[in-house]
Amino acid sequence: MEKVGIVGYGAYVPRYRIKAEEIARVWGKNGKSISAGLGVYEKSVPSMDEDTATISVEAARRAIKFSGVDPKEIGAVYVGSESHPYAVKPTATIVGEAIGATPDMTAADYEFACKAGTAAIQTCMGLVKSDMIKYGMAIGADVSQAAPGDALEYAASAGGAAYIIGKDNIIAEINETVSYTTDTPDFWRREGEPYPGHGERFTGEPAYFKQVLSATKKLMDKMGTKPSDYDYVVFHQPNGKFPMRAAKRLGFSKEQVEEGLLCPVIGNTYSGSTMIGLSAVLDVAKPGDRILATSYGSGAGSDSFDITVTDKIEGYPRNNIRKMIENKVYVDYALYMKYRGEFK
Amino acid sequence: MRDVAIIGSGVTKFGELWEKSLADLVAEAGISAIMDAGIDGTDIDAMYIGGMSAGRFVGQEHLGALAAEVSGLSELHIPSTRVEAACASGGLALHSGYLAVASGMYDTVIVGGAEKMTDVAGKEATNILASAADREWEAFFGATFPGLYALLARYHMHKYGTTPEQLAAVAVKNHHNGSMNPKAQYRREITIEDVLNSTMVADPLHLLDCSPITDGAASAVITSVEKAKEYTDEIIKIKASAQASDSISLAGRSRFDALPATIEAAKRAYKQAGIEPSDIDFAEVHDCFTIAEIMAIEDLGFFKKGEGGKAAEEGLTALDGEIPINTSGGLKSKGHPVGATGIAQIHELLLQLRGKADKRQIEKAEIGLAHNVGGSGGTAVIHILEAI
Repeated sequence: MEKVGIVGYGAYVPRYRIKAEEIARVWGKNGKSISAGLGVYEKSVPSMDEDTATISVEAARRAIKFSGVDPKEIGAVYVGSESHPYAVKPTATIVGEAIGATPDMTAADYEFACKAGTAAIQTCMGLVKSDMIKYGMAIGADVSQAAPGDALEYAASAGGAAYIIGKDNIIAEINETVSYTTDTPDFWRREGEPYPGHGERFTGEPAYFKQVLSATKKLMDKMGTKPSDYDYVVFHQPNGKFPMRAAKRLGFSKEQVEEGLLCPVIGNTYSGSTMIGLSAVLDVAKPGDRILATSYGSGAGSDSFDITVTDKIEGYPRNNIRKMIENKVYVDYALYMKYRGEFK
Repeated sequence: MRDVAIIGSGVTKFGELWEKSLADLVAEAGISAIMDAGIDGTDIDAMYIGGMSAGRFVGQEHLGALAAEVSGLSELHIPSTRVEAACASGGLALHSGYLAVASGMYDTVIVGGAEKMTDVAGKEATNILASAADREWEAFFGATFPGLYALLARYHMHKYGTTPEQLAAVAVKNHHNGSMNPKAQYRREITIEDVLNSTMVADPLHLLDCSPITDGAASAVITSVEKAKEYTDEIIKIKASAQASDSISLAGRSRFDALPATIEAAKRAYKQAGIEPSDIDFAEVHDCFTIAEIMAIEDLGFFKKGEGGKAAEEGLTALDGEIPINTSGGLKSKGHPVGATGIAQIHELLLQLRGKADKRQIEKAEIGLAHNVGGSGGTAVIHILEAI
């Protein structure tokens, strides 16, 4: 079987930040204890002119620029998000047009809570493997919503990452991917509703942990690997605590998780979460490094990937995402509400 | 009236039991009580089940027939009745069963309680629980149970100098006891600092001053003392079964430093049993909030009014204290599936009286008391059990 993998990637996180303490101040809560409890200290805030389409375009442009892939050779663009700007009208066509991939391509928007982007990677892998397309672009991006005052508000943030999947000039080979999917209603947003609802602690054990642990174990069983075979592991990051706990339960060390754990400083970027985390790992990985990445989408399911970094990584422009995250501007709660369009 | 004995009991694990439905819980608790009693389904003459609000928690009413069905008794067509008195529903189910057996109407009765509370979000659960308060005069204006008990706590602090640390001492003690109870929802030790640093829910009550939202069920089998001898040599007699009511709203109360319904029910129970508070070796009391336990141990006559906080702080209610209170972990640590709580308290009394409480077994356990409260004190049910 021919190898398939990541040819290029690019991530984008908006510049604005709000501290969890600032949100807690407004709602009369203890910010320090919330931050410590969630493992989230600050989160990214999209500016007034940013949405899932612009974030997707930013990430896609970086992937194109860094990889040098000719956009005309991209045969598919899939954008996974739970905050597509339109209910009907694709984000993926905006991205395709913006990066110059149109019109000889297929495109669609995906939604699977926080894992739609990794589902798009799997779709692209299939199309590339079957030679239906040369390159496919999979994006996970969100400007996630949270009702003012809801527990989600401390983490729901914005960001995205784009991955170009192909067979040529692979910088990281995807050795295998498996999924684990059940109908578990832990988090949802009904048509027409502005904010999602959630089943409180139900989002933990029967939802996140069940899917993430099952998918990851399934992948390792299939590959005949154990946690120590991997240099890095990335899990979906709804907060800073869940991925750490998942790692511990599976037998991964803190050190294996830390490189890809961005939630404490950017919050939960939803569809962007696992994919931005993986980009932070690729930014520092060496040839031969092995990475395990498992996404999670409420509703619920996980996609798990076994990845080996190739020699080609050395020529790839890197050290991008952490540098971008450091370049930040803090906003207070009033500006945050204005940027989020909450003042109507 | 004839003497009544408890010959078996059972509880499910308490907690967020997402894999189990209300019916699953009822069946599990019922079957374990029947097995504990060593009886057969055909021995059962009637059933009483306590449940506060299955209709609103899971959309299921008609709990009586449901409980009989899931226990495999529907073909026997036994009379089965659902009893409701908010959080005192379980205790009241036992009281109802007690009356039926004592009167001679039925010989052997199974009593139970169940609540499946975690299918709704916390906010909805708070609203459902508020239906145990006066909807017209309290809940409509935003009062929640933490809020109502916070008012009582404030008054107690004002009148007797009770401190937040003393409130916290109740939670610390109950978590310690609960850490040794395999059925408990929260089996971890906590410290005074943990309580005081936990989120403020309704000043002065912190998160760790409050009992949790819980799924669970409990069941017990009762019969006449005469008939009990056919099943066991270990007779646990119901020495007293008493109930009292009061205004459902706080505004209608004669006093705020006590729950008059508890005082009244206790008076009746002690009279029926022919004993004094000092004869009680240990008790399970209704600690839905830490202040509730402090008021309860005063209202039940174990400590002078106003000295409950000090008693908790000084360890007088600990496992090795003067009078061990809530050896099971109480509602605080064991969990509070509202309809099941009253029967779960009885289960703990049985374990202690039989010397089967393992690590939390107290030394002298001959007479135990269970105190179950509905709402902020609109109903109080008290049972006194004795190993004879």
